[in-house]
Amino acid sequence: MSTLQVSIYRYNPETDSAPYMQEFQVDTQGRDLMVLDVLHLMKEQDSGLAFRRSCREGVCGSDGMNMNGKNGLGCITPLSEVVKGNKLVLRPLPGLPVIRDLVVDMGLFYKQYERIQPYLQNSNPAPAIERLQSPEDRDKLDGLYECILCACCSTSCPSFWWNPDKFVGPAGLLQAYRFLADSRDTATAERLAELEDPFSVFRCRGIMNCVAVCPKGLNPTRAIGKIREMLLANAT
Amino acid sequence: MVTNITSFGRSGLSDWLIQRASAIILALYTLFIVAYLLFNPDLDYATWHGLFAQTWMRIFSLLAFVSLAAHAWIGLWTVTTDYLKATAIRVGVQTFIILAIFVFLVWGIQVLWGA
Repeated sequence: MSTLQVSIYRYNPETDSAPYMQEFQVDTQGRDLMVLDVLHLMKEQDSGLAFRRSCREGVCGSDGMNMNGKNGLGCITPLSEVVKGNKLVLRPLPGLPVIRDLVVDMGLFYKQYERIQPYLQNSNPAPAIERLQSPEDRDKLDGLYECILCACCSTSCPSFWWNPDKFVGPAGLLQAYRFLADSRDTATAERLAELEDPFSVFRCRGIMNCVAVCPKGLNPTRAIGKIREMLLANAT
Repeated sequence: MVTNITSFGRSGLSDWLIQRASAIILALYTLFIVAYLLFNPDLDYATWHGLFAQTWMRIFSLLAFVSLAAHAWIGLWTVTTDYLKATAIRVGVQTFIILAIFVFLVWGIQVLWGA
């Protein structure tokens, strides 16, 4: 069968009173296309269809979306991985306000990212050339720095759905730990003090949806556990 | 830092630690009671009364009651802040829960020492 049945979330706040699902028939010519390729074929049928994309190879993190119920990047998700019974259901990332079709307002997501101060802070005088780090200390950043901020994890997290203004969310916390674990950062105590309230970190209930959906194979739950350990070591 | 004044310890870290410590105490208490009932199949009032008359059992029971009260408050407070978005309803439900927990705690102590 080369005709794929696609059901996609449509919403244009300027013309639609409510969101609706639109059906598309897409001729894949029997190829195992990426979901993003299918979206491009759909856009040929309806040029008004809106979605974000940029690098189309899983690096920029623009095309995070919900495919058959699971968040992921459309550009690196082959149809064979998500399509069940020749049917594909595409929705925007859950929990964020929809601007149009698959395009969501990432404002809250970025606000939480900004809150954890995602940049190196060092109060010591800068050395002549660079701040050195041992290979062992550098290894501690593996599995943390690779995040592309696609928001697949945070928007699959119920704690983030219910409290996106207070809970930092898995993506932000992975980056929070990336700077807590960095041997060159000297703001550890200040960073920890910002995180010990009942919401920022502790709203995580460890259900690991973030780990299940991360297109880069990262583990925010483990990073959150490490932040808890640091908070506990610091405060007891 | 998110400010909150109705959580148990005013700190996520403290609540998290108390939640885990109280869970261990409650698990031990439950295991003990279940094991006691299994090892005393023909339990009568006198034996049961004798168990709760001992000081160590009263300490263990009171510890379990206090743990249950703290555990319930931390857990239910989390549920109310997740799902109840209207402030008046949330504060109302939180007040009801804390009152109920207080009543049950005092009642439990009375049962423990009253007999």
